[in-house]
Amino acid sequence: MRKKLTPLLEWGTLLITTGLVCFFLVVILWDLVSKGASSLSWNFVSSLPTQGMTSGGILPAITGTVLLTMITALVAAPFGVSCAIYLNEYAADNWLTRLIRASIRNLAGVPSIIYGLFGLALFVQGLQMGTSLLSAGLTLGLLSLPYIIITTEEALRRIPASTREAALAVGATQFESIRDVVVPSAMPGMLTGLVLTLSRAAGETAPILFTGVAFYINNPSGYLNQEFMALPYHLYMLSTQHQAIEAVRPLAYGTALVLLIVVFLLNLTAFYIRYKYSKNE
Amino acid sequence: MSNDLVKLSAKGVNLWFGNKQVLKNISVDFEPNKVTALIGPSGCGKSTLLRAFNRMHDLSPDARIEGKFMLENQDLYEKGLSVTQLRRRIGMVFQKANPFPKSIYENINYGLKINDIPKAERPGIIENALRESYIWEEVKDELEKPATRLSGGQQQRLCIARTVALRPEVILMDEPCSALDPLSTLKIEELIVKLKKDFTIVIVTHNMQQAQRVADKTVFMYLGEIIEEGQTKDMFANPKNELTANYVKGHFG
Ligand SMILES: Nc1ncnc2c1ncn2[C@@H]1O[C@H](COP(=O)(O)OP(=O)(O)O)[C@@H](O)[C@H]1O
Ligand SMILES: [Mg+2]
Repeated sequence: MRKKLTPLLEWGTLLITTGLVCFFLVVILWDLVSKGASSLSWNFVSSLPTQGMTSGGILPAITGTVLLTMITALVAAPFGVSCAIYLNEYAADNWLTRLIRASIRNLAGVPSIIYGLFGLALFVQGLQMGTSLLSAGLTLGLLSLPYIIITTEEALRRIPASTREAALAVGATQFESIRDVVVPSAMPGMLTGLVLTLSRAAGETAPILFTGVAFYINNPSGYLNQEFMALPYHLYMLSTQHQAIEAVRPLAYGTALVLLIVVFLLNLTAFYIRYKYSKNE
Repeated sequence: MSNDLVKLSAKGVNLWFGNKQVLKNISVDFEPNKVTALIGPSGCGKSTLLRAFNRMHDLSPDARIEGKFMLENQDLYEKGLSVTQLRRRIGMVFQKANPFPKSIYENINYGLKINDIPKAERPGIIENALRESYIWEEVKDELEKPATRLSGGQQQRLCIARTVALRPEVILMDEPCSALDPLSTLKIEELIVKLKKDFTIVIVTHNMQQAQRVADKTVFMYLGEIIEEGQTKDMFANPKNELTANYVKGHFG
């Protein structure tokens, strides 16, 4: 009797929790779509905000977020991937390596507002970059670094030793084996980690708060040395700081929807890249 | 050492992983253009010995090796010797087929490329290697297909082709058929017998029948030591040591 009940119970619990998670997801999505869809239009995504942001579009916030994410990727990906390759392929398994690894894991747990303060101290003031797209991108890059290192190392770890040995056995150096065989094999996993990290970074508000994001600018963001608008901050402003909160509510939902779409597109890219790689395998 | 009858040899070899001694005072010679089988129960150190010859332990920091390994007159652990050059002279085929995540063609081309073989010569070498490995007829129309789509037996023959393409002098094979079905196994065994015309082959195998089918000589190992070696026929017909006798009769494994 017990033998029969337990699997049913386990199965049921799993089903219910999964269902619950999906339920909330659907509710949130539905709420966003039903309240935000009406403000979505070509004009909304392609024009500047007007009349104290009570009308017009959110183009600067979109370009700001896209550019910011690109800078984050350019900063974090090369360093993060190199670091992960070093840790997983070259570093000896000793206390120092373990300490470094533990520190990286801890860094991944540091609240993002701390990164914001750090960016303010280092980039904005220390290095005299001012509040700018570059300062904010570098700050987000730092925030993303530990995640990229962790996910890349995870992807590299999944490649079996026999794959590395295959290259060594035909006369490849360790570097050649990593460059030509290990990294290409780990690429789908690495890219997934990268894109998930970036889509998280794209939605961050705290790290850019002190480092360069602006409430309002009257041109499409795009200068490294100037302040910029970003979707998550715009959303935050519209929903908490605006003088006519009720009036701009549909715009806030619209912004949220656009942010969600941007993140979704990023994830779609990851999916597509993985699909292409798996076809070539 | 420069005996015409010795291609590859180990002398007085001890090997430890950490504190654990895995090879104990191993001395063994492999004759040119012969197939030598390494047999013995699981964990007795066959793979470890095989991998010492092409210096696959170089990357495991906890491996410590004593003794002398020679390829003809070349000390394989000589200071300053290029390991990549050495591995080109001593090729290896692994237990589980491990093609590169590239096309069939690229799988062979890669080794040629990193060994600086002129581009113009490569297509010929690749075709020849695939023919020698008896896989050409099966793949000639789909050389651009990812190698991982091949069957297990085809993948292993491709791995052999990848190895022979570099014209090594010795080919080390670590249980190359252990993951294959009987038909693929048979094909690879035929291939091994044909390849000895051009190469010296050392093959680790679990399979007594396989050793008898392909090997001229057989070496029996037990707990890190060589217990007995000799002509395969003699060894299976009249094992001198009791352990060997029990093992080849399948009493333990
Ligand atoms: N990289 C390694 N680190 C530690 N121990 C190892 C390593 N490789 C093999 N060993 C140990 O060495 C012994 C011999 O292994 P192996 O040579 O693979 O045996 P065989 O190929 O004869 O089955 C085993 O006890 C195994 O656990
Ligand atoms: Mg083995």
